[in-house]
Amino acid sequence: MKFKIMTTHNDSLLRFMTCGSVDDGKSTLIGRLLFDTKTILADTLTQISNTSKKRGMEAVDLSLLTDGLQAEREQGITIDVAYRYFSTGTRKYIIADAPGHEQYTRNMVTAASTANLAIILIDARRGVLTQTRRHSYLAHLVGIQHIVVAVNKMDLVNYDQTIYDKICADYLAFAKEIGLAQARDIRFIPMSALNGDMLVDRLDNMPWYAGETLLEMLEKAPAAHTEQSEEFRFPVQFVCRPHASADADLHDFRGFMGRIESGDIAVGDAVTVLPNGYQSKVKAIQIGDTQLQSAQTEQSITLLLEDEIDTSRGDMIVKTGSNIAPVKQIEAHVCWLSETPLSPARTYIIRHTSRESKAKVGSIAYKVDVNTLEQQASTDLKMNDIARIHFKLAQPLMVDSYSNNRATGAFIVIDESTNNTVGAGMIV
Amino acid sequence: MTIKQPLSHLDWLEAEAIHILREVAGQCSNPVLLFSGGKDSLCILRLAEKAFRPGRFPFPLMHIDTGHNYQEVIDFRDQRAAELGERLIVRSVEDSMKRGTVVLKSPDEPRNKHQSVTLLEAIEEFGFDCCIGGARRDEEKARAKERIMSFRDEFGQWDPKNQRPELWNLYNARSHKGENIRAFPISNWTEMDVWQYIERENLGLPSIYFAHNRDIIMRGGAMMPANVPLASGEVINVPKAGEQVINMQVRFRTVGDITCTAPVLSDADNVSKIVIETATTTITERGATRLDDQTSDASMEQRKKEGYF
Repeated sequence: MKFKIMTTHNDSLLRFMTCGSVDDGKSTLIGRLLFDTKTILADTLTQISNTSKKRGMEAVDLSLLTDGLQAEREQGITIDVAYRYFSTGTRKYIIADAPGHEQYTRNMVTAASTANLAIILIDARRGVLTQTRRHSYLAHLVGIQHIVVAVNKMDLVNYDQTIYDKICADYLAFAKEIGLAQARDIRFIPMSALNGDMLVDRLDNMPWYAGETLLEMLEKAPAAHTEQSEEFRFPVQFVCRPHASADADLHDFRGFMGRIESGDIAVGDAVTVLPNGYQSKVKAIQIGDTQLQSAQTEQSITLLLEDEIDTSRGDMIVKTGSNIAPVKQIEAHVCWLSETPLSPARTYIIRHTSRESKAKVGSIAYKVDVNTLEQQASTDLKMNDIARIHFKLAQPLMVDSYSNNRATGAFIVIDESTNNTVGAGMIV
Repeated sequence: MTIKQPLSHLDWLEAEAIHILREVAGQCSNPVLLFSGGKDSLCILRLAEKAFRPGRFPFPLMHIDTGHNYQEVIDFRDQRAAELGERLIVRSVEDSMKRGTVVLKSPDEPRNKHQSVTLLEAIEEFGFDCCIGGARRDEEKARAKERIMSFRDEFGQWDPKNQRPELWNLYNARSHKGENIRAFPISNWTEMDVWQYIERENLGLPSIYFAHNRDIIMRGGAMMPANVPLASGEVINVPKAGEQVINMQVRFRTVGDITCTAPVLSDADNVSKIVIETATTTITERGATRLDDQTSDASMEQRKKEGYF
């Protein structure tokens, strides 16, 4: 495959994640993608080829490209999510590279939270494993729309189509069982990351496979927020009031600054500011000193309203009539991220969009075993556990269900004493 | 409702960075923007304009000056701050040397890593609870795991094993007194994105980013600029006996302490030529030019643990 050397200012962007353990060839897959798209430059290649030689390997070990921190090299494992970048000349990619071991459920959830596509790696020799089920469940839970099941190491099973077909059938049966197959776009691909079969180049080892290469799938997958039509949600991050400015025209300027989390907005639209319910109309939309007639999901803008309304950080601007109301109780799937278990007796802080509220656990409905996907009664929550929890809130939040809106359905839990982020929540 | 075109990658990166800057302003009580006059921090200034104008920036600008910076860059730094009408604080490694808090092993030791000490002193002096910087995850492998809002303890230390998980775009910039957050709005940008943004936004840059003729010596296997005059009147990188001075056409890909930032051979004398050069280069940004990253496999990681940016 040929790449345009020059990228334009108008490439699209796709964020994806890779799920799998070291043994599945995840690092090799990422290394191969970076190498075959010419992202790896000569000095980096020299560096890893020296290290490969030092470790007594014959060929350059592409997995060394994702070798991270000193502590990880010492222990030979990946501890934390790493972010990598490459570009094909038509699309820029951000890879969230998450370690796949069971104890790192929290890392997978972290990586998945910003991804629109997940590559789930399966070792062709081993088929669908417990960890495959775990990765798939988590990708589903965190709302990733596109799943690519990559059956890797085909070179070690003589590129045998029957083995591939069997793994695909096994996976589909499982995916139907958990509702993944019905809700998401699932694709399959046979590959050898080590040799580069079906990643960027097809090569000729699997003539029986007529589908797209991995890179073709990535190039065609829809970019963020183009698929679902969502309602306008605009959490106010910052209010701009340059009343002391030397420019007298600015003394009455009141700009509501934020990022459109979903939907779109145009000058003249009727809006309501929550939680207070004040109503007004959009007078102007700006990015810097550029005036816009309308704006869409993911743009960071400044909104000016027709009326002087008392609005501050944490308020949410929606279109008048939109189906959303402030709530003081929420029900959510929570992944616990901290080594200190959740304590139902304590008060936590929930950060939702640009708003915070104190929160207490009302009840824990059940815990999910991420390996068997069974629900179990539980009263505690430890690191990497996922549970359905009911929270009582001190301040109202303006929420949507996570399945309808990944921005206004998500929150983090903060421990007030350490300020650590201890939980990730998805509103049911 | 019509389904619109998704944002282009530059628009998306810009929107993300503006969102991060506004979160810093909303969550932190006394932030500061680190501004060196280099290309990455110049991008952040443009992003801050888009984030906060017509208001003033909700933070001052600050430069930690090693005393070994190119005069062109220092002049550009001052000029840009004045144009924006924003407050610029300068704190100098040489003052830390006078105080005795920075001790050099030898007079010509690169001072980049000593910026950490001066930075921590300035954080304490002003009580800053957040420093906004232009670091990018694509620069170096220890940066690939860096958070957008990165927590540092009272000693300014980065503990890679104890970072706050960062999910969705919900950033946690809370800190106790004495602790500090480092915020990186262009974490997800690559060197190419930076140059494309400079091109699209028509941003001005210090002249040393563009191809120019310069006296060069070879030192430690790298090209080093020779006989560079400093504001103090001192001249550094004076050729030693046996070092040959060659005049070459070069430019700088990164701008930092003169003693550890090497130029590259280049005839790219404008931004669009630099974009093409960046697309076709075979050497990474830091690999080509940063001698301080080449001392060991983990040198950046080590410096970050000690409070470096």
